[in-house]
Amino acid sequence: MTKSAPTAGKTGPQQTFEAYLAEGRFMIQRSRATGEHVFYPKVMAPSGAADLEWVEAKGTGTVYAITVNRKREGSYNVALVDLDEGVRMMTTISGAESVAIGTRVKARIETGETPRVVFEPMNETAPRAANEEAHA
Amino acid sequence: MTSSLRGKTAIVGMGTAGVGEAPGFSAMELLGLSVRAALDDAGMELSDIDAVFAATSSHAFASMSVVEYLGLKPKYFDSTNIGGSSFEMHLLQATLALEAGLCDVALICYGSNQRTAGGRLVSMSEPQWHETPYHPRHPITAYALATSRHMHEYGTRREDLADVAVAARGWANLNPGAFARGPLTREDVLSRRMVSDPLTAGDCCLVTDGAAACILVRADRAKDFPKPPVYFLGAAGANWHRSIQAMPDLTVTAASESGPRAFEMAEVSHGDVDLVMVYDAFTINTILFLEDLGFCPKGEGGRFVRDGRIAPGGELAVNTNGGGLSCVHPGMYGMFLIAEGVAQIRREAGERQLDRADIALLHGNGGTLSSQVTAFLGSEAAL
Repeated sequence: MTKSAPTAGKTGPQQTFEAYLAEGRFMIQRSRATGEHVFYPKVMAPSGAADLEWVEAKGTGTVYAITVNRKREGSYNVALVDLDEGVRMMTTISGAESVAIGTRVKARIETGETPRVVFEPMNETAPRAANEEAHA
Repeated sequence: MTSSLRGKTAIVGMGTAGVGEAPGFSAMELLGLSVRAALDDAGMELSDIDAVFAATSSHAFASMSVVEYLGLKPKYFDSTNIGGSSFEMHLLQATLALEAGLCDVALICYGSNQRTAGGRLVSMSEPQWHETPYHPRHPITAYALATSRHMHEYGTRREDLADVAVAARGWANLNPGAFARGPLTREDVLSRRMVSDPLTAGDCCLVTDGAAACILVRADRAKDFPKPPVYFLGAAGANWHRSIQAMPDLTVTAASESGPRAFEMAEVSHGDVDLVMVYDAFTINTILFLEDLGFCPKGEGGRFVRDGRIAPGGELAVNTNGGGLSCVHPGMYGMFLIAEGVAQIRREAGERQLDRADIALLHGNGGTLSSQVTAFLGSEAAL
């Protein structure tokens, strides 16, 4: 007998994440068993754990990498931010053309046709970014 | 352990078409012309081909389209598309199929008219939903992010990036087939328009037309053709992510895994390598791949490429055709790594010919530093 994963009456992680965002909530996934956080939202964690629950993101993180896309119609930055939960996301740092890598940032949900999580610099400097400790 | 694949196949035909600008030709027409050139090079007939390996940036089912256009009925075919490194993977796949006796003559091919068709990089790459809200420009945003991180962690300078472009131009100036020729200084690169900080237009590869094709047979037949055989010595791929968001460490590519495995299969050490061909879509690529392939320690790539060390007359011959930066970049460049490896090993490289060219490393890159495939080609002396 093959095993079939039920989908009826459920919503996949991508749509669930987007629905939370539309409600003004920044939610990420965490495995009940292993405690690992997952982003972007998936049906399974990198460990293989599928017991993922939704938890409110702390909303704080550190800029890991950043670039400014320069276009005739205007420039904007694109950044990778490491959330304090240990996962990384693509985002933009609002209110600044660019910021230094390592800048501590805090999330805000930008509403609009497509709600999105953006970040703003915090008045705080991280002693060391979490990912740098992991690689040390 | 000796690899069962080392030296088991060889490239006996190589052709290109429309390198640079080829107005009036479609991508498939250019591809077809390069196949005809490869057949002529090998002294073969079209009907000899019984396996097709193809990937393009404009055909969803590339081998299917190639089979129809050329009127072939292959026994084996494969459209593995992992971006620009597809063709280095095809070298491995063709070798597996030939060695297993599934086919006798394998064609690997690519064609694009993206310069004359629009002058922009054509990509079938679909948007990544978790990145789309931030409007990254594919693919430069990803490479710029990696560059920002490398500069932050290792003190790599924009001048070092510029030196990669200057070295590539130095080689292109020795290659009459290169598209971008003429003097280029570090200051020229630094003063070009900023596209995606810290990358200027001078840090970006060309957008050209171009097609290339090669023909492989088992080694036991390799000497039955007019040109010196160029043997397959080994290949390995590694792939850890798709979108730049998911790349574990933006300063370490999966070349750090594909490289060692390919070196092992090819039974080659760094001192044996005469030619290093790395996929230079952006200047940071050359730095990252020289590090990850073990030619210098991690973080030292910027210092390694400084002041002409990879330019003509330098310590290490890198991208001797002029690379994607100055020779040719028709969307997916991997086929042209093979073309230059073959040209050097056959000693057909003219003014840019290396004194010793028995072992060539080809390193293909696909996506956003995503799929990494390292392959080795060698002369008969390398066997």
